[in-house]
Parts: sequence; C-alpha cells; structure tokens
Amino acid sequence: MTPIRIIESRTVVLPRENIDTDQIIPARFLKVTDKAGLGKAAFADWRYGPDGGPVADFALNRPEAAGCAVLVAGDNFGCGSSREHAPWALVDAGFRAVISTRIADIFRNNALKNGLVPVVVDPASHAALLAAPGAPVRIDLEARTVTLPGGAAVEFPIDAFSRYCLLNGVDELGFLLSQEAAIAAHEGRTR
Amino acid sequence: MKAAARTPARTLFEKVWGAHLVREESSDTPAILYVDLHLVHEVTSPQAFSVLRERGLPVRRLDRTLATMDHSTPTLPRGADGRWPFADREAEAQVAQLERNCAEFGVELHGLGTPAQGVVHVFGPEMGATQPGMTVVCGDSHTATHGAFGALAFGIGTSEVGHVLATQCLLQRRPRTLAVRVDGALPPGVGAKDLVLAIIAKLGVGGGTGHVIEYLGAAVRALSMEGRMTLCNMSIEAGARAGMIAPDDTTFQWLAGRPRVPRGDAWEAAVARWRALATDEGARHDREIALDATTLAPMITFGTNPGQAIPVTARVPDPSEERDPAARASLEGALRYMGLVPGQPIAGRVVDAVFVGSCTNGRLEDLREAARILRGRRVAVRTLVVPGSQLVKRQAEAEGLDRIFREAGAEWREPGCSMCIAMNGDRLERGQTCVSTSNRNFEGRQGAGGRTLLAGPATAAAAAVAGAVADPRRYAEATP
Ligand code: SF4
Repeated sequence: MTPIRIIESRTVVLPRENIDTDQIIPARFLKVTDKAGLGKAAFADWRYGPDGGPVADFALNRPEAAGCAVLVAGDNFGCGSSREHAPWALVDAGFRAVISTRIADIFRNNALKNGLVPVVVDPASHAALLAAPGAPVRIDLEARTVTLPGGAAVEFPIDAFSRYCLLNGVDELGFLLSQEAAIAAHEGRTR
Repeated sequence: MKAAARTPARTLFEKVWGAHLVREESSDTPAILYVDLHLVHEVTSPQAFSVLRERGLPVRRLDRTLATMDHSTPTLPRGADGRWPFADREAEAQVAQLERNCAEFGVELHGLGTPAQGVVHVFGPEMGATQPGMTVVCGDSHTATHGAFGALAFGIGTSEVGHVLATQCLLQRRPRTLAVRVDGALPPGVGAKDLVLAIIAKLGVGGGTGHVIEYLGAAVRALSMEGRMTLCNMSIEAGARAGMIAPDDTTFQWLAGRPRVPRGDAWEAAVARWRALATDEGARHDREIALDATTLAPMITFGTNPGQAIPVTARVPDPSEERDPAARASLEGALRYMGLVPGQPIAGRVVDAVFVGSCTNGRLEDLREAARILRGRRVAVRTLVVPGSQLVKRQAEAEGLDRIFREAGAEWREPGCSMCIAMNGDRLERGQTCVSTSNRNFEGRQGAGGRTLLAGPATAAAAAVAGAVADPRRYAEATP
C-alpha cells in the first residue's frame, strides 16, 4: 500500500444520510473475482439513468468533481453490506478520504485496509463542509486534523495502529503473520 | 457461592471475547482475536484466496473453515443437459472460482447440487458448525445470525477473509455492549421479524454502531432458534457488529445430533460449559434499551432503510412533522423513491411481487408460517418461495409445504439468496414493488429501480393473496 500523509483536494458532497454500500456499488457488480476497475460502478444507480446515460446533476458527474479525492457524505455512511468492493470502487474512482459524522463499522475497517481514510467530524464542522461543495480541504494524517473551508483545523479520531499502517503503507496481514508464536500458544492453550 | 462471588460479573460478550484473546488490546495495537469458525462463500472470497496464492500461504486451519455457495447460484434446477441455469457468465465464473480455490487449498465445500448446500447463515447452524461460545466470522454482514447460539459472530471484509484464512486471527478493537431487553410475550400473529423491525425502528439504522447487542428478556427466551436467528440476523441493520443470545435448553435441543457437534460424554461436557456463558447477575452493559413485547403488531417497512418500519395497521409518516432537516430530507427521498404519499395507510398499497426466503426468513418455521396463510388460497401476484438450504427444502417437502405453495400458484425454488440480493437473475423490474421477508430495503436491492417492503413471512403471504399490503391476522386460521 502507498503511504499516505497529506490529502489536499476539493470536496464532492453527497448530503444524504445512511448511504449504504448497495448504493456505493450495487450487487450486480459483485460478480467479479478481482478488484480492478470497479470505479466505473461507484454509485452506478445514482450516476447513470435507466438508459445508461449519465445523470447530469448528480454530484459525481459534474465537471467540478473531476480530480476530487475527498467525499463528504451524510450521517452513517457505508452502512449495510460488508462488501469491500465499496472502498475498492471509491478508491478506483479517485477518492482517498470520506468525511461524515458517523461511518459504519465494517465499511470503516475495509476503508482503512485500502488507503481510504475515514474521517469523522462533529456536526458543526460537517454542516460547514456540506454547505460548501467543492471547497478545498486538507487532511493531515500525522496531525489527525482536517482543515475546513474557513481555514480552521479540527481533529478527527483514528487509532494509533491504523494511523501507523496508513502513514507507512503497512498491511495488517504482515503484522498478523509476525504474531505466529502467540497464535500457536493460544491454540495450545485451547486444545 | 462465595468463591464465585469473587470473580467479577461478566456479560455473555465479555466471556466469549475474553476466551479468544490471543493478545490484549494496547494503546498501540488492537486486540488479536482468535476465530473458531470461518464460513466462506463465492462473492467475498476470490480476492482473499488470490492474496494467499501471491504470498505462498496455506489456509492455516482447514478444520475451522467451511464453504458453500449461495449468492450467485441459480434457484432453478439443473437443465436436461445437466448444466445449471446461471444468470450470466460472471456468475458461473465466480462459482467455478470458489470450486477451484477450495480444491486447491483443501477447504471443505458444500457446492451446488450437494445435500447440505444453502445460504451460508442457514447452512452453518444446520451443520452444527456454529456452537455456543465460539467466534464465528464470514465475509458477509449477516454473520450476526450465528449470535443466536451465544456465539460472537460478525461480518468482515475480503481483506480480513484473507487474514483469517492465513492466520485464523483478526485485529479487533473491543466493541461496546448494548442490552436490548424485551419483556412480556409477543401477541398472537406477531413474530421475531416484527420484533426486530420494531427494535431497528427504535434504535435507528446507525444506532448500534460500535456495539454488540445482547438480546434479553422473556420474549427473547420464548423464541425458537429460528426466531432467535431472525432477530440476531438483523442486528447489523441497526449498525451493530453482532447480536447475541445466551444459550439455553432451546439452543441445546436444536443443536443435539447435528453433524459437527460433539457426541456422548463430550456433548454433556460441552453443554455444561455452554450453560456458564449467560451474562452473570450484576454484569453491566454499556447501554440498555427496553421494549414491551405486548404492545407490538406485525411490522412492515415503508422506506429505503430497515429502520423505516411501521405497524401494518399504521399510516406512512409525514415528513413535514419531522423537525430535523436531514431526517426530513431522508424521509422525503424515501417516500419519493417508494412512490408513497405521506399519511396514506400502508395497508392496501398494491404490490407486484412477493419473496419468501433469505437468511432472515428462509428456514422451516418461516415457510410453515407462510404456508399457514397460503393453504387453500391463491396468490394474486408473482410469489417466489426460496428455501434457505437443501435441508430446509427436503424438510418442507416432507411436510408437503411445497404442494401448498404450488397449489396457491407460488414458485417453489432451489435454495439460495435469490431475490434478497438479485445477483442470480431473480429480481424485480424497474418500478415494481415487492413485499419481501429479506433484510434490506435499500434502493435497488432487489433489482435496479425495484421497491422493497420488508416484513415477516405471514405478512408477505397475506400480501401475496391480497395483491396488496394486508394485515396477516385477518388471514390467520381459526383451526388448530
Ligand atoms: S440471503 Fe441475502 S442477506 Fe442473507 S447472505 Fe444471502 S444475500 Fe446476504
């Protein structure tokens, strides 16, 4: 994984609450056996109309969304299915961070393993971000801060281990494999 | 008793969590949690097996790994040419990939056409693989189902599927606990699905985030194992990682004799161990909510998340009465998508299809409940009845339930996820409305543009007969 320290980008805003992973990537795109190229399926049912053409006023289709790496979404983002295809699709679509007031547990775990930074902020900061689509933000993972449109920086919670892994591009499997002795000891204790 | 009083009182969750810690959580690292049972299916595993292959790693514990296929599998029987009628090449390729991966790594697979195959959360318990006190994971959010046995069971992503295949462990931060206490008895005609929809409506779809739920109280104790699985299954729909119910005689009777449970003296010893799992008197959960079972009615959803549920006798809520602007916008959006008018009674809403099945309500008891209403009646709309597993299918056919469904004009299918997720070709057309016994009413969940109303098997069957949402208690038989 590529180390991440600073993310600077304008935002794309999807103000809806409870955006579930079925919206992030509908189930019909899950019949894949690898993870490449899922970006085109991100938000497919909101992005494309029944005829397959792009929905012009959907936030991700607007010209100013091009190149944006930060998604600001309504409360409880990523609820529902455990499909890791959701962060795979978002990362492939160019996103590096998601900001909300609440991020669902499994989505959060999956995002962290794919270099997509889950940023939870307080309702007032969130309201400021929702009100300013396209505003530039700066996420500093080392300082655990996000700089809001007005210039104020607010802290966001991230546990030490996840932060370490993101900053250094470390994957968790390597860490778990290094714990072999402890795992074997546990298996010995419990038969 | 004095000696026992010295050990601190612990919850069911704390006991299971504590017994599986390979390493405690520290300020620098999460806990390392050992996994007793890893269930695998075709959709969330291919990329995990690829990681093993790339790194030259074996599956660490084949005896703790068990696979089946359910999401992409057809629910129509094999054709005369012996081929399965897959929806498309991708579905067929995904199933073939699971077969190859299991063969290459040596994982026990119960594939299409074999006697134990089924929806992974129906299949695991039927195998007796899910047992009290275990940690159970699967690359699927409805793994919460297995908590009905007093296991700590939760869904994981594909990267974590790889972690468990390779190390039998997961990195975890300790969740908080939430007690959901349901006192009293459920009224006649009100079941576990109605109860869980009422709980999610109360908690909200994000209300359980960061928590493991323990279900307590007389109404929970009175549920059958099938009902308990329905309840725990939908814990994730309140955002919770897992739902748990302490094991008791109901649990042990259901498990006895299943293929993977211990026999003889080992069974007796296991039961004694399992009895000690219940939450100790005086143990505290981080949060607690309570419901009165006696006030509940059959429930149905009207919106686009499982928390948007009301009694089948109620009216669709009016967004203008919602104070919070975000919640108002979300309600307005949901009603627009569903084509519902604020204040309209939900009963009488015309439907195009009915689906009875899924890991929430695809077990024998659920099919019996639907059959009680369909017996001697005709369905007015397309009705798909999909058993949760081959075992459920055989049991249902032995009781003649398949005949009741067929004579009513419903389709009796092969086991699988089917129209719960619409990956296998069973799906709604754009704009169609379905009363479904599954667990998610998200936009397009049953097919792009489809509209889903979640309910229990009786309510679904009543809707099939009426061609519209109806109170199932009106169709209940007076005979025993
Ligand atoms: S029945 Fe539905 S919810 Fe259950 S495992 Fe299958 S797709 Fe998931």
